[in-house]
Formats: sequence, structure tokens, C-alpha cells
Amino acid sequence: MKRKMAVLLTGAMVMATLAGCGGGEAAPAAETAAPAAEEEASAEEEAPAAEEEAPAAEEEAPAEEAEAPAASGELITLGIINNDPNESGYRTANDADLKATFTEENGYSASFAYSMKNDEQIAAAQKFIQDGVDYLLLSAADTSGWDSVLTDAQDAGVQVILFDRTIDADESLYLASIVSDMDKEGETAVNWLESQGLETYNIIHLQGVMGSAAQEGRSGALQAKADAEANWNIVEQQTAEWNAENAQQIVQSVISSGKEFNVIYAENDDMAKGAVAALDAANISHGVGKDVIVMGFDCNKWALEELLAGNWNYDGQCNPFQASYIDDVIKNGAPAEKTIIMDEKGFDATTITQEDVDNYGI
Amino acid sequence: MANSENAKTSSASFLKNLVRNQCFIPVAALLLLAVFNLIADPSFFRITLGYNSAGNPVLSGFIIDIINNGSELAILAIGMTLVTAASGGQDISVGAAIAIAGSVVLRVLCGGNARPETLQAPIIVAFLVACVVAMLFGAFNGVLVAYFKIQPMIATLILYTAGRSIAAWINNNELPVISDPKFAYFGGFIPGIPIPTPCFIAIACMIVIGIVLKVTNLRLYTQAVGINQSSSKLNGLNPEMIKVLAFVILGLCVAVAGLIKVSRVSSINYSVIAKDIEMDAILAVALGGNALSGGKFNMAASIIGAFVIQCLTTTLYKFGVSSTALPAYKAVVVILLVVVSAPTVREYLNKISQKMKLSKEVA
Repeated sequence: MKRKMAVLLTGAMVMATLAGCGGGEAAPAAETAAPAAEEEASAEEEAPAAEEEAPAAEEEAPAEEAEAPAASGELITLGIINNDPNESGYRTANDADLKATFTEENGYSASFAYSMKNDEQIAAAQKFIQDGVDYLLLSAADTSGWDSVLTDAQDAGVQVILFDRTIDADESLYLASIVSDMDKEGETAVNWLESQGLETYNIIHLQGVMGSAAQEGRSGALQAKADAEANWNIVEQQTAEWNAENAQQIVQSVISSGKEFNVIYAENDDMAKGAVAALDAANISHGVGKDVIVMGFDCNKWALEELLAGNWNYDGQCNPFQASYIDDVIKNGAPAEKTIIMDEKGFDATTITQEDVDNYGI
Repeated sequence: MANSENAKTSSASFLKNLVRNQCFIPVAALLLLAVFNLIADPSFFRITLGYNSAGNPVLSGFIIDIINNGSELAILAIGMTLVTAASGGQDISVGAAIAIAGSVVLRVLCGGNARPETLQAPIIVAFLVACVVAMLFGAFNGVLVAYFKIQPMIATLILYTAGRSIAAWINNNELPVISDPKFAYFGGFIPGIPIPTPCFIAIACMIVIGIVLKVTNLRLYTQAVGINQSSSKLNGLNPEMIKVLAFVILGLCVAVAGLIKVSRVSSINYSVIAKDIEMDAILAVALGGNALSGGKFNMAASIIGAFVIQCLTTTLYKFGVSSTALPAYKAVVVILLVVVSAPTVREYLNKISQKMKLSKEVA
């Protein structure tokens, strides 16, 4: 009897937790979708019509659409599928940016769905298509497996815009793809480093999780430069897996082994922070005009503040603010080139201002 | 003649006892790594006294790095050994729980403001709150395991999955940064003391658990529950309570490790803090030759096991093993160590040595 009870209770517990997990993700989509339902009827009638016109008169149709909501108070409905905002500071900023842009004041009614799993994202996409949203915005967890659902979207007259991540699907299936160019981020950083005009570059290279797009892009440029130039040496090249502590350990071990270095090239801010902690413990000066140049990526607010204080030298941006680009595509029509590469800055500690910290810090 | 034979057998039995001792394998592994480093590059053992950027004396060197960076793992190994012994399973939510504990510490210190000018609460208060929270989560795991009879790995899977999101939620998804230098003492150096603070914290934890195991019946009760739950119940123990207690103690270890982790960088990153540390902690227990199915345990062996893992990591960093190959090297060494220290293999080896002795006597 007791055992039966235990089994039942266990079952109930598991059910409860499962329901808890599932509910958390499904709820926001269901809730926010509700207000959109009213507009659906009228929006649906118009959307396909607008779409038919689109290929013929690309520039006119969207312009009408942009005016329409302002005039009649009708909202453009969006289904936004994103990764979990807890994933990283980048994602948090990205999600906050989308939420701040696609408000009712700006003429949008947005529903959000979050998942880091492809199948859950596809299920969310199918739901959005059934709800008859005007646009489906997608940051895919995985690059493959999207063909059939995107074809469904096209048949249903739902326009698809990709942001942050590309997918392996035919270009005709989506309106635009707004992404970062990681290779360019690496190049910008390496060019900046070159402009410092050091006699020799002895670099500690702290890599992100191996195989990630950010790691490959940011490593590639540096590796190519180090291979090409005689006075560029990579003293230590190791993955710290985006982790501050691992970075600290790696730099500690380089210091303990007595190797000479004058540049720390960390592929994100956390790792740069860990490296700086190790430098501080060994009384090695770093920052503007000091012994070691510290470079990071991602432009976290606290990292830009370090730049402002002159403790670090460089921070490369990985732009999470795609919302304005998406807004532009929706209101002004599809771009000639489907892939839009965002502007990404590199901040130099000698020229950064408080304004930059406030505007670009995530 | 007889005397020398006696001495021979006693030295042989001493050697046998040494080999039989559970600490033998991890200590031997540690020595092996040390000898390897000595041959490859003796500078591995160099310790230098220098000054950090604040002008305080600090010791540096690979040995210091190992003791310093291995502290958290050693502390976690204490709790993990108890959980393993009592429940016959492992807690895989340790890393996520550290994220929660660390997040709580920062939340209390910052008081909801991501970039506070001054600390909003004394550090000790923040630590105690984190202890309570971590012990509650430990109790949650323990109750699932003890009363609902869920496999420990499945029960702790819940927190493993949800923990880092909970940690992010505690701080409203912000990344607090603490600028007060006092907070960095716990993961760095106290001015004037050249030895890293985590070492002292780890030693304190070892002393406390040593005293507890010596003075109380914790060891006996835990082993009794782990070996045979129903017979321990018949003997008047409360096995459920003991299991929950083991998880709560692990929770306390998690809080201590969490404090050190967030203090090291004065900040937190929810998705990567203490990533995969649960696997290292379980590995430390296994390296210590403890049966992962529960029962008897040797605390010292687990702690030495933790330092073996850190020594291996530091050695690989030192030799600049390429990033992509690092896990593979680690895996090879770990497989060897775990296989050799597994109780079944040791039994088998014992049998062989006995057979050899027998055949020698016959001859």
C-alpha cells in the first residue's frame, strides 16, 4: 500500500514538474496571443492581399501597411521565437530590445516563445502560423530542420524574418536575415590590435566553446594574422569555454611558467575579466599605456566601464539590437540583399565616452 | 634467520596494507603526476613570493594554483561522498546549486541594485542566507530521494535543469558586479597573508567534517544506511532522515563553494559558473575508490581525489595541450585511474596476488 502511494506521489510530482516546465514556456505565447485574436479577422484579409502585391510593387505595399496601423489603430501581429533570455547577457539584451521595440505604441502586437530546442521552436512556429500572425521572427536554435515549417508559413501568407542566427533553408523561404558577422568582429579587433604598433605581439588567446560561431569567427582572424606575421606570436591558446574562472586559471598558469606576453585576446568579456584577476594577483599592469593590452568582446556594461577607467584596452561589439533592423524591414519592405549584416563597433579605451557605455552596454 | 624472515613478512604485510589502503590509488596518482612534472619541467614546483597590484604579498606557482583552484572541488567532494555513501547515487545538481547560492550572495549584497556603490548587507549575512537557501535546495533533493524513493540522479535532474534559470531569476536576470575589495578576499588574498584564502576555507571545512565524523555517529549511520537500508531501520535508525541529512550537508558545501566562486571574479555568469563541476565532484569520489553504489566511504581519499583532478587540469594547462584535445587527454587519464581504483578491479587484483602467493608457497 505504502509503495503504491509512493509510486502515485512520484508520478504526481513528475507530472507537476513537467507541467511546470512546459507551462512556463507556453504561457507567454498563449497570453500575449489573446489580444491579437481580435485583429486577426481583419488582418488576415489584408495580409495575403498585401503579399500578392509585394513581389510586384515591393516598395509601395509595405508603405501602405506601415501607414495602416497608425491610421486605423490596427496592429501588425508578430510571432517571435527566441532562445532562452537566461542563456547569456547577449540574449537578455536582445530580448529586452525586441520587447522595447515591438510595443503597441509602435503599432505591433507581439507574442513571444522561448526555447533552446529546435523541436519546441518548430512547434511554437506552427502555432504562430495557425494563429495567423503577419510576421514570424525567428532566432533558430539549430540551423537545420526548418524547411517544411517555413513552407507552411509561406503557404499561409506569413512572412518570415530571421534574426541573430541563419538557417539552412532556401532564401526564398524568408524575407530577410539579420545577423552578426563574427569573422568581421574578429577582423575589426585584429586590425585595431595591429594599429597599436607594438614591436612584438606575444598573445594569450582565450577561446570560447570550441566550434561555436563566435569562437570560430573571433579565433580565425587572429590565427590568420599570427600565421602571416613574424612578430605576432601566440604564447598560449586555450579554450576557457566562456568562463571567467577557467580563464583565470589559464593565465595564472602562463604567469607561473614565466612566459612573456603583452596582449590578452579574450573572446568574451567574462574571460577577459578572469584574465585580469590573474594579472592583478601577479602585479602585472594592464590597460591604457600599461604592460599588457586587454581585449574582450560582447560589450557588457561593466566591461565598457573597465574601458572607460582605462583598465582594459578594447571591447568588440556583438550587436544584440536587431529590433530596429527588423522594424525597418517590416515598415520599408524587403531589402535587395536578403542577408543584412549589422553594424558592429569596436571600442577603444582611449576614445570611449560615457555615452557609448550607456548606449551600447548590454 | 627466523628474525629476518619475520621482518620480511612484516614488511610485505606493511606493503600490502599500504596498497590495500583506500588512499593508495589517489595518492599514487598524485605522486605519479608530481614525478611526471618533475622530470618534464622541475619549475613546476617553484613557488615564488611576489606582490599583487594592491601591494600585498602573495605566493604564486603551480602548486599554489592547484591548492587554490582545487579548494571548491575538495569542499564539494566532502558533501558528495556523504550523499554517495548514504543514497547510493549522486547529486548532479551541484553546479546549478552553486549558481543559485552565488546568486543569493550577490542579491543580498547588492540589494537589487546591479552596481551598488557600497555593500547593502554584511558579507556574513549574505553567506548565511546563501547557506540556508542551498540547504533548503539540498533538503528538496534529499526528500525526493529519501521519501519519494526517486533515483538520486533523476531527482537532482530537476534542479540541474532548472537551477541556472532560478539563479538568473533571483537577480532579475542582471549581472551584478561588486566593487568592494573586501568581497574579493574569499576567492583571492587577505592583505598581509600570502596564501590564497580558499585554501584556508577548504582546510576549515576538512577540519569540521573530520571532527564531525570523529565525534558523532554520522559515519557509522551513513554507512549503515548505505550498506543495507532495511537492516539499519531494524536497528533503530531512520534511513530517510540520514539521507536527507547527507543532501543538506552537501547543500552547505555548495554554499561555501558558491561564495568562493563568486568572490573570485566578484560577479556571476549564470550559464557558465561552476559548469560541469558536478561531474568532477563525482569523479573525485570515484577516484577515492569509494563505491558509487553506496556504503563504506573514505573521506580523505575523496578529498585527495579532488586534488588529483585539479593537478591534472593544471598540468595539462601548463603543457599547453591544444584546446580541442584537452578533454580527450583528461578522459584517458581518468579512465585509467577510475578503472584501477574500482572496488571490483581491486578485488580481482587481490585474488591474483593471493593465487600467486599460494603457488609460490606450494613451490
